[in-house]
Amino acid sequence: MRKFIIKRLLISVVLLFFVSMIIYAIMRCMPISYVEQQAMALSTKPGAKSYAEWVDQLNAQYGLDTGVIQGYFKWASRAIALDFGDSWFWNQPVLQKFSNVIWYSFALGLVTFILEIVIAIPAGVAAARRQYSATDYTVTVIALIGISLPSFFFATILKYILSVKLGWLDLYGIVGRYHESYSQMGKILDMAKHMIMPVITLTVVSVGSLMRYTRTNMLEVLNADYIRTARAKGVSEDRVVNYHAFRNTLIPIVTLLGGSLPGLFSGAMITETLFQIPGIGYTSYQCVVQGDIPFVMFYMVFMAVLILLGNLIADILYAVVDPRVRVN
Amino acid sequence: MSDERKDEITEVVNDEAAKDKKDGKGIEVEFKLEMHLDDANRVRVLSPGMMVLKRFLRNRLAIVGMVIIVAMFLFAFLGGALYPYSESQVFYKTDEVLKDYAGATEIDQFQFQNVEGVELPSDIYSKALIAASSGKYVFETRDGSQMGMTPAAEGSDVYLVYSLEPIKMFLKNVKSFNEALEAGLPYFEEDGVLYMYKGEDFKADVFEATEIAVASKKSFTGYSKDTKFSYEFYRNALVASATGESSFEADGNTYDITEDGLISLNGEGYAVVSNMNFNAAVSGVFLSPDYKAAALEAFASGASSFEFPDEDGTMIEYRLDKKTSQYIIKRFQQTRLIDTYASPSKEHLVGTDANGMDLLARLMYGGRISLLIGFVVIFIEVFIGMIIGGVAGFFGGWVDNLLMRLVDVVYCIPAMPLYLILGSIMDYYQASPRARIYLLCIVMAVIGWVGIARIVRGQILSLREQEFMVAAEALGISTYRRIFKHLIPNVIPQLIVFASMGLGEVILSEASLSFLGLGIKYPAASWGSIINAVTDSYVMTNYLFVWIPAGTLILLTVLAFNFIGDGLRDAFDPKMKR
Repeated sequence: MRKFIIKRLLISVVLLFFVSMIIYAIMRCMPISYVEQQAMALSTKPGAKSYAEWVDQLNAQYGLDTGVIQGYFKWASRAIALDFGDSWFWNQPVLQKFSNVIWYSFALGLVTFILEIVIAIPAGVAAARRQYSATDYTVTVIALIGISLPSFFFATILKYILSVKLGWLDLYGIVGRYHESYSQMGKILDMAKHMIMPVITLTVVSVGSLMRYTRTNMLEVLNADYIRTARAKGVSEDRVVNYHAFRNTLIPIVTLLGGSLPGLFSGAMITETLFQIPGIGYTSYQCVVQGDIPFVMFYMVFMAVLILLGNLIADILYAVVDPRVRVN
Repeated sequence: MSDERKDEITEVVNDEAAKDKKDGKGIEVEFKLEMHLDDANRVRVLSPGMMVLKRFLRNRLAIVGMVIIVAMFLFAFLGGALYPYSESQVFYKTDEVLKDYAGATEIDQFQFQNVEGVELPSDIYSKALIAASSGKYVFETRDGSQMGMTPAAEGSDVYLVYSLEPIKMFLKNVKSFNEALEAGLPYFEEDGVLYMYKGEDFKADVFEATEIAVASKKSFTGYSKDTKFSYEFYRNALVASATGESSFEADGNTYDITEDGLISLNGEGYAVVSNMNFNAAVSGVFLSPDYKAAALEAFASGASSFEFPDEDGTMIEYRLDKKTSQYIIKRFQQTRLIDTYASPSKEHLVGTDANGMDLLARLMYGGRISLLIGFVVIFIEVFIGMIIGGVAGFFGGWVDNLLMRLVDVVYCIPAMPLYLILGSIMDYYQASPRARIYLLCIVMAVIGWVGIARIVRGQILSLREQEFMVAAEALGISTYRRIFKHLIPNVIPQLIVFASMGLGEVILSEASLSFLGLGIKYPAASWGSIINAVTDSYVMTNYLFVWIPAGTLILLTVLAFNFIGDGLRDAFDPKMKR
């Protein structure tokens, strides 16, 4: 087992090396004059560093003055030491900005994740129990609508109904106008209130795939021989489904969910941007639009790490959860 | 038995049945009487393809999806061709808009009307202002000549301007000088000649004065466009208005002048004197004295608007806008405007957008682009994915390892930020809308093929171990034929399912990108870029017709592709049927 994990880890490191190299190469595709122009524009901001300082820092950080390969190693050696430089747009160290915003994304992701599990798994199981019934069709259609809904469209409809027409919630932002005047508890509630619409959006958009995944796996398990055996033995239908079938369905589901755990940190770029939740998604969207190379580079590498981590966890969980899978 | 073989057998059987039918009725009757066990009419054998089709057609959701997709294609391609408007046609409307008509400024500088043939020094304006405010009426201009001016009446801002010639004069016993000195007047008359002086007693400098101009803060307008006024007219009119006389003589005529500054000759309006300078906002408009008089009256009364008949005699309302010493006169004018955010009407069934373009046309053309991008991207994805997945699965070993690591690497590249970065780069290079579409397709395909490669590889890995492949190898069939005749056809069902679901996904991400403003750009349309208008929350709350239809179309299309994919999956995989 340990050998397996170590092997997977090593593969992940190698993959990360190549992925980061591609990301670096894409960044180098940006015209150099663009970089200079950005640095120039940024240096005119009040309180910003001077142009020469920016360019020097860029060269030191990204090796822009050297070749692509050399530059990559220059950048990578710094990145390994977790030195990602200063964000242009925010005018502070990238990691500092990151640690300021990541928890909004995490809170958003966690609540969505829990809601997703609570809604999708029972619905998927219920649909599979009675295939081609009204329940099944309803669940399928709802799941497919969720998958097909453009998040920006759904978010706009929510905004229109909940904030414009009913006036219950604020259109944008994470805090209300009177946030500072609230007590400690009131502040948390205020933020929670602002999270309602993003959470609904993300849940509706993402719940469908888990629902369908549960249904498909449950159907597969329900068609298995051991379920027929259990039924033949005279086990009650509830026990067949909830005990024999469900536990087996959990194997792929736990693997999938485990693999998506790192994704809780990845933020939701479009939803966060639409609701102006200052999480990692909105922050990096602003950075991309503003051409903030240091932050965007960091964000891309961060995302790649999350994906790799997700794969790693899924692989390991698959081996851990299902004793039938032999590790080799 | 593989699907392949089954297919061939059923084909043979079907052929026989077809032949039988052709032979005529008699035989059929005979068959009905005496049925064989393998009779085609007795056992209806469906080919696997037909089975799939039958199962697919039985799935109601899939049929709904099919109908929606066909409708979308008709809407986008046929609709776009038949609809009279194009995607970037701008519509106009005519509307009454309050526009600047004229401006009136209070004159705060002296206007000089000079005697014909006399040139005034260039700094006379400032010198005259200083002289008028300080009361030092004799002054020297920049060119060294001595000038003087005297008010036409007590407290009036109409001044007569003189050119002064220094002379020697013994003032002590000049009576008129002493009187002037006592009264504080800067001039005196002696023997019919006007003199001015500078000083407080009889030692003052004396000048002989020749009238050269009249200075006032008033302007003249003649009733007819080409009325020219003589110096005498100006002078006497201004003096009369300053002294408050009701008539004056000039050029041998007697003019009447009212307090408001209306000058008439023989009872007919001749000119208007006012302390406002009028300018028409549009060139070619002549502001008549009557109009000016009406405007002046409105200024004086503090009204916010006044009416004045135009050439046809209809009354037109003019609005006044006062800014310190300036009035702006506005009136409603017929103007051609871009018809932005027009509500749905007979002419524009879905209304118009921010650029005055017909939304229905944009939805149609946007649909073309959205569907086209979806199909192109999926086609490229399937092409790359099939080759790489197929090669990896078939050859296995180090080839498989290498290619799968490549898949892993591409899989780890975060797609959304990458699209955004490329969008910004395209912005920087100012790529044309067409180029953007092609580039977007390629980039999305290059990122998206990994899923298909994985599926193909997985399928081929499991198929490779099956008996029919062992048989194919044992029969000595070439590698090429084994891959393309035996393996690939068995992967195709999965591919079709994946592709139809992937189509929806591609359309969604293209819409998201265009929504963020980094995909398809104006003037080309896509459904996502049409919804982009909601980033303006005013549009979101007030112009539902702009974003609801586009969003609904995206939802319906993606949903339909998912329905079809779902239906196909069920149809291809009969194990799922109980």
